[in-house]
Amino acid sequence: MYLSTVDRSSGKRTRTGPRGTIRSVGGTVVVLGTVSLLTDISSEMVTAVLPLYFVLALHVSPVVFGLMDGLYTGATALLRLVGGYVADRFRRRKAVAGIGYGISALAKLALAAVTGVPALGAVLVADRAGKGLRTAPRDALISLSVPESMLGRAFGVHRAMDSAGAFAGPLVALGVLAAVGTGASSGFTALFFVSFCIAASAVLVLMLFARDRTDARTAATSVTLRGAMGLMRGAEARKLLGAAAALGLSTVGDGFVYLILVRQHDVAAGWFPLFAVVPNVVYLVLAGPFGALADRVGRRVMLRYGYAALAAVYLLLTLDLPGIPAIGAILVLYGVFYAATDGVLMALAGPCFPAELRTTGLACVQTVQALAYFASSVAFGLAWAGWGAAAPTGVALAVALLACGLTWVLLPKHAKPGETR
Amino acid sequence: MRRRTRVGVAVAGCTVLAVLAALAIAVAQPAGPATAALGTVSLTPAPGLVARSTAADSHGHLISAPADPRRGPRTVSPVQCERLFAANGTGACLRQDGDLTTYQLAVLDEHLAVRREIPLVGVPNRVRVSPSGRLVTWAVFVTGDSYNGGRFSTRVGILDTRTQDLVPTLEDWTVTVAGRPYTATDLNFWGVTFAVDDRHFYATMSTGGHRYLMLGDLEARRLETVRDGVECPSLSPDGTRIAFKAARDGEPSHGWRLSVLELATGRVTPLAETRGVDDQAAWIDEHTVAYGLPRDHDGSDVWTVPADGTGTPAVLIPDADSPAALDVGRPPSDG
Repeated sequence: MYLSTVDRSSGKRTRTGPRGTIRSVGGTVVVLGTVSLLTDISSEMVTAVLPLYFVLALHVSPVVFGLMDGLYTGATALLRLVGGYVADRFRRRKAVAGIGYGISALAKLALAAVTGVPALGAVLVADRAGKGLRTAPRDALISLSVPESMLGRAFGVHRAMDSAGAFAGPLVALGVLAAVGTGASSGFTALFFVSFCIAASAVLVLMLFARDRTDARTAATSVTLRGAMGLMRGAEARKLLGAAAALGLSTVGDGFVYLILVRQHDVAAGWFPLFAVVPNVVYLVLAGPFGALADRVGRRVMLRYGYAALAAVYLLLTLDLPGIPAIGAILVLYGVFYAATDGVLMALAGPCFPAELRTTGLACVQTVQALAYFASSVAFGLAWAGWGAAAPTGVALAVALLACGLTWVLLPKHAKPGETR
Repeated sequence: MRRRTRVGVAVAGCTVLAVLAALAIAVAQPAGPATAALGTVSLTPAPGLVARSTAADSHGHLISAPADPRRGPRTVSPVQCERLFAANGTGACLRQDGDLTTYQLAVLDEHLAVRREIPLVGVPNRVRVSPSGRLVTWAVFVTGDSYNGGRFSTRVGILDTRTQDLVPTLEDWTVTVAGRPYTATDLNFWGVTFAVDDRHFYATMSTGGHRYLMLGDLEARRLETVRDGVECPSLSPDGTRIAFKAARDGEPSHGWRLSVLELATGRVTPLAETRGVDDQAAWIDEHTVAYGLPRDHDGSDVWTVPADGTGTPAVLIPDADSPAALDVGRPPSDG
């Protein structure tokens, strides 16, 4: 099979199609994709049964569960930045990512052992901390492992594998529970242990097969805190953070989108879980192709299509169209939005930061996006309580269009390596 | 490490992990069928209680227990539930519905025959029957629609077993907080407890960090706040007091203290039970409440404590939860 790996600037035709895409992005991406796939199976199988476990086995009321969930947000933001800097400072991206994956794996084991509410809360925070720690180093590993022209498809392949794991997790959990039953808590203990085994195999794959490339140039440059701070002084970096903030601000949260649909269409509550499935499947299917497409037409263009899809979602929500086709269109467009923005933003961001500070840079971008998203979802909730859903949805539409325009103005047309500093 | 070595280590490591996972599944026995002798349990008003067994030989089964634990053994019925309650000949049983993640409410008559099944979305959490046996309510815990910044959500349903009218949720009712209309989207309801008139009820509503005691009106479809900081209310048979979970220091993360609120005066009396109780208490007479208290991972006991803050807690039914007394709270007309 003829394989063209394939620098777009050299003018050769790029091989498309899933096979060519997966092969061409190289080993590290596939290894990290496998690690994410396994880790997501492990964590989603726990997430799927946690309410059952709390309410049925531990007799903990929903309020306690809500409190624990609230602990998550704060735990990750700061740690992500610290993890990013440490990974760069000691040039140990793989090690920091490994620690993050390891903490989350051990948390699954601890889940089976502890019972008290404070202890469970601590375990869940540790799990989230692990996730915060590993994301930026992992994305830096991906972005350093392939040529700049391939970044879109590299992140596309990784995100597709990642969401495949998230998809499979609940099914695996169902399978385990079918075998052991939910009648006694020993069933849950077995499930948590299986989850730990899957997470541990992910750590094994990461440590054995992932390559942390340190070429001569990056090794020679020493990383300082001042240098990391200076990262944000660069014009490109600031513009990128602006774009990340715009992306965060224009997303109001999946839950609100689904909730508006439920209210508008008087859907039976039983359909609610299915709402999340449609965008996830669309994301899973399109992440790879959209990443490859982004490499060809430009990541900036891809982001713009993503915002257009999001704006269309908000527009359709404001129009309040009746019928199943309207619901379907909204959910599919929502998946398109994710597929066209999530990995693509990281692909766009990577080359904007020098290799030796890439983890820190990506961590900053992710943190800004997460905080902006948190702010916009809180604001949306408050606005809804005050004025109903229509007005804030209109505002969200305006913000999405604005973000679309901003992205066009702010972001580099061609972020070539080395040119961005 | 050479590539072949790495592949070898990976294969060996993953094989070990897979074997461990398979062993964990094999070791965990599914909850086996009850080995205890099954008997006949009636929900007809009479002295005594029903509850849900957590004993190894009858886990999940509805059982009857004498009012005085020293008098006679318990009887294990064939009916299995995750939560149950009964009043005046009507039973309500929240149970698994074939599939692992779906549940149903089964309305039972006095001989435990199923009168109606209602499919539920979410994990069953609370269930109650009105003193007359006419109204049944339940609360399920849903995480699929965690629109509230990744938080939980609960949903309350009410069924009129006489007219078969179903209230699927309270979220679209008119809500007033301190007399003013309230339209926040983060409303969550649970812990409904009925008054004797089969029209009014109390419930918990959480919104914006508050957990209000609400007074609901089934005919007007209206809910109004009574006071803040009351969870899982349970109305006394004479309708004058509410047993509830009071968050320690106002912080649910610090656990709860079982307490009783006198509705006329607003006076709150902490009960003698000092351990954290996370249950909707059940009145077994005018002076005593019962509640389940987990003992370890799989077991739980039903305890009682006087409702006036005196006395000490005592075990009423060992190896059980979900208690319901069969002869309290009936409206006077029913005798």
